[in-house]
Amino acid sequence: MKTLSRIYIALILLFLYAPVAVMIVFSFNSGGSVWVFEGFSLDWYKGLATNSSMLTALQHTLIVAVLSAIISTVMGTAASVGILALRKKFTRRAVMSATNIPMMNADIVTGVSLMLLFVFVGSLFGLKESLGFFTVLAAHITFNLPYVILSVLPRLRATDMSLNEAALDLGCTPVKAFFKVILPSISTSIFTGAIMAFTLSLDDFVISYFTCGHYQTLPIVIYNMTKKTVSPDVYALSTIIFLAVFVLLILYNTLQSKADLRRGIRA
Amino acid sequence: MNKKSFGSRIVAAPYIVWAAIFIIVPLVIVAYFAFTDANGAFALSNFAQIGKYKKAFGLSILYAVIATIITLFIAYPMAYFMTKLKISNQRMIMMLIMLPMWMNFLIRTYSWITILANTGLINKFLTWIGIGQVQLINTPGAVILGMVYDFIPYMILPIYTAMSKIDNSLLEAASDLGSNSWSRIRRVIMPLSLPGVISGITMVFVPSVSTFYISQKLGGNKDMLIGDAIEYLFNTGSQYYNVASTLSLILMVLILVCTLIMNRFSDDEEAVVL
Repeated sequence: MKTLSRIYIALILLFLYAPVAVMIVFSFNSGGSVWVFEGFSLDWYKGLATNSSMLTALQHTLIVAVLSAIISTVMGTAASVGILALRKKFTRRAVMSATNIPMMNADIVTGVSLMLLFVFVGSLFGLKESLGFFTVLAAHITFNLPYVILSVLPRLRATDMSLNEAALDLGCTPVKAFFKVILPSISTSIFTGAIMAFTLSLDDFVISYFTCGHYQTLPIVIYNMTKKTVSPDVYALSTIIFLAVFVLLILYNTLQSKADLRRGIRA
Repeated sequence: MNKKSFGSRIVAAPYIVWAAIFIIVPLVIVAYFAFTDANGAFALSNFAQIGKYKKAFGLSILYAVIATIITLFIAYPMAYFMTKLKISNQRMIMMLIMLPMWMNFLIRTYSWITILANTGLINKFLTWIGIGQVQLINTPGAVILGMVYDFIPYMILPIYTAMSKIDNSLLEAASDLGSNSWSRIRRVIMPLSLPGVISGITMVFVPSVSTFYISQKLGGNKDMLIGDAIEYLFNTGSQYYNVASTLSLILMVLILVCTLIMNRFSDDEEAVVL
């Protein structure tokens, strides 16, 4: 049974990594095809460094991801505090239901609905081109917010109320009590929410596709590249992204295990 | 400020305004477009045109259901076997499962072309061992494979989380009361992992039924899925916004109904209240 389960896990991982392996191998292809491996070369990687449309797109992606992560984290954390303070159960439910919509809905519907909003508002102001940086940023903030709130809110709910009361009794103003006592105790979940927002934003294709206009992010450029016959440069780019994520995850995991060890939890 | 809170409800105001503008209003606009014609007058003519897209809806639902079932049957044993490993190995496998998810899904899908194409790796192998070429790409099977591949982590993760929360003493109690390993799985693990299965099913079905890239790349655009239809219409021109909105509205209602049905099966308090 044990060997059987090991084989099963190995097979699933093989399935998950087959396309990744294909991508990495063909990114080193000296020929221009993604079918026939002609020999080893780094040409596609060198080509990336001079591919200005791709570098611009990378810059766009990072700007949108960082800004949308920061804004949605701040707004979402404030929202979590405020939602807990809502007195009427009905209002709280209504707000939570609205929060769940972007998570439950299909990305394509979220994307087109935002596009219609932007185009509609744009036409009210007589703009010819209503989609661009601000619309894609607003869209990303919108789909990031639920993830931040659903990361922070449960942690906030589980936080001991008496801590806050103690701080108030000892003379803190409510604002000071929040920043000195509550915020440190929920900082991990705020951080988790921020990371989630950042990665969702980096990876998003469908919603950006409908809302970005000419402000193309990396997934959009990749999409346009895969529309034509693909040369291995897309694979080279993806290999770099893959390796970057891989290194980050290893780093994160090592730090995590070290933290666990310090806390005496032996994995 | 009341006693049960850490701050004033006023700090939720920016978010509530934001949600109203960017979540509620866009959906109202979709509904508005769905029920009007190109001149903005109330019309049901969009719904009359839906007949053209009946096949797209049917295929989308069919493919998504098949993909979800396959994903469930592959993911469930995977999650179960994972919980049997050492904690450090569990964490490593989790990381390995999540790693490809961090890669752009366009690329993940596209790489399958290299594997499945007529001159691709599988066909090269089949030709080499003498079976000859088999049509793999541009078939419904390839589309479903793409869906399974792209979304299987969303099935494994919630099931695994639900299973690893199961208290070991319950399993011990079951053994003490005479359960063998199969009846332990059936009577303890299966019911207790149900919330994970439910959220896994929703998390795989929703993106599968609404996808528009997988079918274009792996299905060769032969069968239009509903996501393709919506994308095509919105990109063709503003005169098609009304029909496209109608399709979006129907897709949304379909997803809402599925979510509500799935939530009925789950008595999880944290379940989404829509």
